[in-house]
Amino acid sequence: MNDTTLDLAKTQKNPTITMNTAIYFRRRLINRLTMGISMLAMVFGLFWLCWILLTLVQNGISGIHLSIFTHSTPPPGESGGLANAIVGSLLMTSFGTLIGTPIGILSGVYLAEFGNRGWLAPATRFINDILLSAPSIVIGLFVYEVYVVSMGHFSGWAGALALSLLVIPVVVRTTENMLRLVPSSLREAAVALGTPQWKVVMYVTLRAAKSGVITGILLAVARITGETAPLLFTALNNQFWNSNMNQPMANLPIVIFQFAMSPYDDWHTLAWAGSLLITFSVLSLNIIARWLGSQKHNSH
Amino acid sequence: MENFSNGQRMQRQRLLDQSFRIVTRSFAFLVLSLLIGILISLVIGAAPSIKAFGFGFLTTSDWDPVNNHFGAVVPVFGTLVTSVIALLIGVPVSFGIALFLTELCPTWLKRPFGIAVELLAGIPSIIYGMWGLFVFAPFFSENIQPWLIDNLSPVPLIGWIFQGAPMGIGIFTAGLILAIMVIPFIASVMRDVFEVVPSLLKESAYGLGSTTWEVVRYVVLPYTKTGVVGGIMLGLGRALGETMAVTFVIGNSSRFAPGLFQPGNSIASSLANEFAEANGDLYVSSLIQLGLILFFITFIVLACSKFLLLRLKRQEGKET
Repeated sequence: MNDTTLDLAKTQKNPTITMNTAIYFRRRLINRLTMGISMLAMVFGLFWLCWILLTLVQNGISGIHLSIFTHSTPPPGESGGLANAIVGSLLMTSFGTLIGTPIGILSGVYLAEFGNRGWLAPATRFINDILLSAPSIVIGLFVYEVYVVSMGHFSGWAGALALSLLVIPVVVRTTENMLRLVPSSLREAAVALGTPQWKVVMYVTLRAAKSGVITGILLAVARITGETAPLLFTALNNQFWNSNMNQPMANLPIVIFQFAMSPYDDWHTLAWAGSLLITFSVLSLNIIARWLGSQKHNSH
Repeated sequence: MENFSNGQRMQRQRLLDQSFRIVTRSFAFLVLSLLIGILISLVIGAAPSIKAFGFGFLTTSDWDPVNNHFGAVVPVFGTLVTSVIALLIGVPVSFGIALFLTELCPTWLKRPFGIAVELLAGIPSIIYGMWGLFVFAPFFSENIQPWLIDNLSPVPLIGWIFQGAPMGIGIFTAGLILAIMVIPFIASVMRDVFEVVPSLLKESAYGLGSTTWEVVRYVVLPYTKTGVVGGIMLGLGRALGETMAVTFVIGNSSRFAPGLFQPGNSIASSLANEFAEANGDLYVSSLIQLGLILFFITFIVLACSKFLLLRLKRQEGKET
């Protein structure tokens, strides 16, 4: 578009414009240059993504055997799997989600449906956005202080609790946003029929926003699946099979951390395999969540 | 009779309504008090160390668990320097990506590229750490770092920055990996705020004969200034608190050493490495105080970011 205007200007042979050719040339050059740089930036971003995913697949695929899912983490030098860590991760992630989701949805409902007046809603919104990107390791410290210290030992419950604190802000945020997308005419229609407000929320607006809320929950699950820092001093780790949530519990991220930092090669292989598993599940959760989210948009 | 039961039903619904409101309200309050709870518990946990070291905690660089003497200079320095490096690399790249996605990218590529950038945000931080330790650090120390050290360390004034052994791990590597991690966050905020610029404004500028770059420089950027800064602050908040990726590659040395290629420590990485094994009340409480400092810094950064982004939103409301 800019090139054609320039060409037009040239053919017109307007003296002032021909005098300014140098300036035009410079502007065009700067434009080309910056656009080129911006394209390079995009390539730069994609380059790291490809490099990381490539090494992950390269190193991880050789470690993926059936035994990973059937054996517990081995001592160095022996063969084994990641079964206890996988089960621990699944347990803590599910409990974390189960604790965090209802709290998140209910406060999201408050912010979207009742939060137009008063001081509580804006303050909560503000704090929630800060919690959303607060350092997860500090959340771990908090749970350590209030739960681990008072119980006297590390446990799976503490891990689940820490994860649930990470779920809450994500769910609050998406629930509120999704409820706000529901047209007010729907609410008004329901209220005009004499529906009490709690029924309006439960049976009309939340139902209309269902896929969006589910997207939010999936994103939250994706986030906590890969979280390591809050589990470090809450769930700790456990080398053995354990499905008791009151005991220290093995989990994939910490096993990866521990094995990767160790000097043993077979532990490294397991760590890579675990990383591949975890990245694959997080990324597929992300993609499913986004697919669900976009489906909703298309149907409108 | 019928009226009576209707009235009763109405009353029941009114009661339910009220309790529903109270329940949701109390959950919102719970979220609010979470932050206050975190703050209080950290202050209580850090109390012994605050009492023992006072303000000196922030100015001493000793970190000596054996003699029970602790100072926060090394981890705070590491946290700040790695985050600054991350921003120096990450911000221009994110700006480029946002520019590409909003102004240059063909429509059919917008979605896949957008998703790719968001996938970068979705990769767990521990994977970045492993990749950094096993893949990037060896590559860097064999191919790039020796050249940098040979050529840049004799330069007067700035040479000391590049001194050190080519180990691959260290403050610079941590900063670079943080940069890769914050790029998707900053880029997606920038893309979102670039998209709120009314097309009327942009088209007017194009109509006057502006080049794409000029439109971005003189229309889009001034319009979205606060939002862009808010996005950068958001990225900074992420970088400050990032734990696992940094722990893998920063080198974990609590000795103070200026210079980019030296091993160091950040607040989050000292917590990750030492907390579970720390014994002695003062040791634990010093680590908690580090956490408190981290929480405090990120709180301020994130609050600023939120405030700036809100201001952009309000301004947007006013002008349309």
